[in-house]
Amino acid sequence: MSGSGQRLNVVPTVTVLGVIKARLIGATRGHALLKKKSDALTVQFRAILKKIVSTKESMGDIMKTSAFSLTEAKYVAGDNIKHVVLENVQNASLKVRSRQENVAGVKLPKFEYFTEGDTKNDLTGLARGGQQVQLCRGAYIKAIEVLVELASLQTSFLTLDEAIKTTNRRVNALENVVKPRLENTISYIKGELDELEREDFFRLKKIQGFKRKEVEKQLAAARLFAEDQVVEKISLQRGISVNAAQNFLAAEKDEDIIF
Amino acid sequence: MANKPQIPNKNSALIAVIADEDTITGFLLAGVGNVDIRRKTNYLIVDSKTTVKQIEEAFKEFTAREDIAIVLISQYIANMIRFLVDSYNKPIPAILEIPSKDHPYDPAHDSVLSRVKYLFSAESSSSRF
Repeated sequence: MSGSGQRLNVVPTVTVLGVIKARLIGATRGHALLKKKSDALTVQFRAILKKIVSTKESMGDIMKTSAFSLTEAKYVAGDNIKHVVLENVQNASLKVRSRQENVAGVKLPKFEYFTEGDTKNDLTGLARGGQQVQLCRGAYIKAIEVLVELASLQTSFLTLDEAIKTTNRRVNALENVVKPRLENTISYIKGELDELEREDFFRLKKIQGFKRKEVEKQLAAARLFAEDQVVEKISLQRGISVNAAQNFLAAEKDEDIIF
Repeated sequence: MANKPQIPNKNSALIAVIADEDTITGFLLAGVGNVDIRRKTNYLIVDSKTTVKQIEEAFKEFTAREDIAIVLISQYIANMIRFLVDSYNKPIPAILEIPSKDHPYDPAHDSVLSRVKYLFSAESSSSRF
């Protein structure tokens, strides 16, 4: 793994350990939340995918119907109807309104069409074929309805695709880079702290041993001194100096005393 | 986030159409046509005399205009400027490829639908489910 050997450059102390641990907890929580967000987006994405496919396929039929109704209108009202229509264009009476929909923090645009003002084509086909022209108009409005729905689906599809990619990138970054790095840092700090503790312990032991030795030495000296004192005292009481006292056993034989 | 697409929250936007004369007539009849003060239209009629350059320019203009939310383009015209349509990846305005009267609709050429199909097959073959 790429992030295995990495760790943050920190001073190994208990405080920093606490900070890093808090960061690891934060990263874990963030990872879980982002994962949930990604899942929610994916669910939405799948639903939109299915809808897009079905709407795209139904769009073909609707466009066919509307094209056919235009042909009918042209047949009834004469071919010059298109010139009338093309010349009559002023302001759009059929427009699109966009609003936002929120899915797990991602804003998706939703289009809806609405008509505004009266249509300028009221007089089209007044001479003949008026009904056919109105039918054709209705067919094309229906087609617009489907196309607008498809457009909002498609826009949502693109937006969601982008959002899912970003979220997944973040999830992976947290999982594979940030978290291992924090974990490595924690283990490094723990190792360093353990090492310090062992060193400390060893030093304490050493000092203790040294002190004990010292005390023993002093005790021994004190005992010797006390013994000497006692001997001195006794010899003073008997009136003989220890040094002057004779060793009866070691001394050479006295002369026999004859009465 | 810098790459977040801006969604204009305006109350009204137009639908632009690039298609042949009949399709345009139909949509104009429905009332999508708009001519502004400078006599600029929100549709382009493509016939045998229209050059690819004209179509390209119209496509670029429609996708750059702020008051257009949806661009409808006939599929055979989209095929002429396929590289432009495929390289376009902004969510707004949305590009929709529509079938035209004398050219049957082919889902394989649709830039969005091909991506959708690709994702579908990728998802069904992956073991994530």
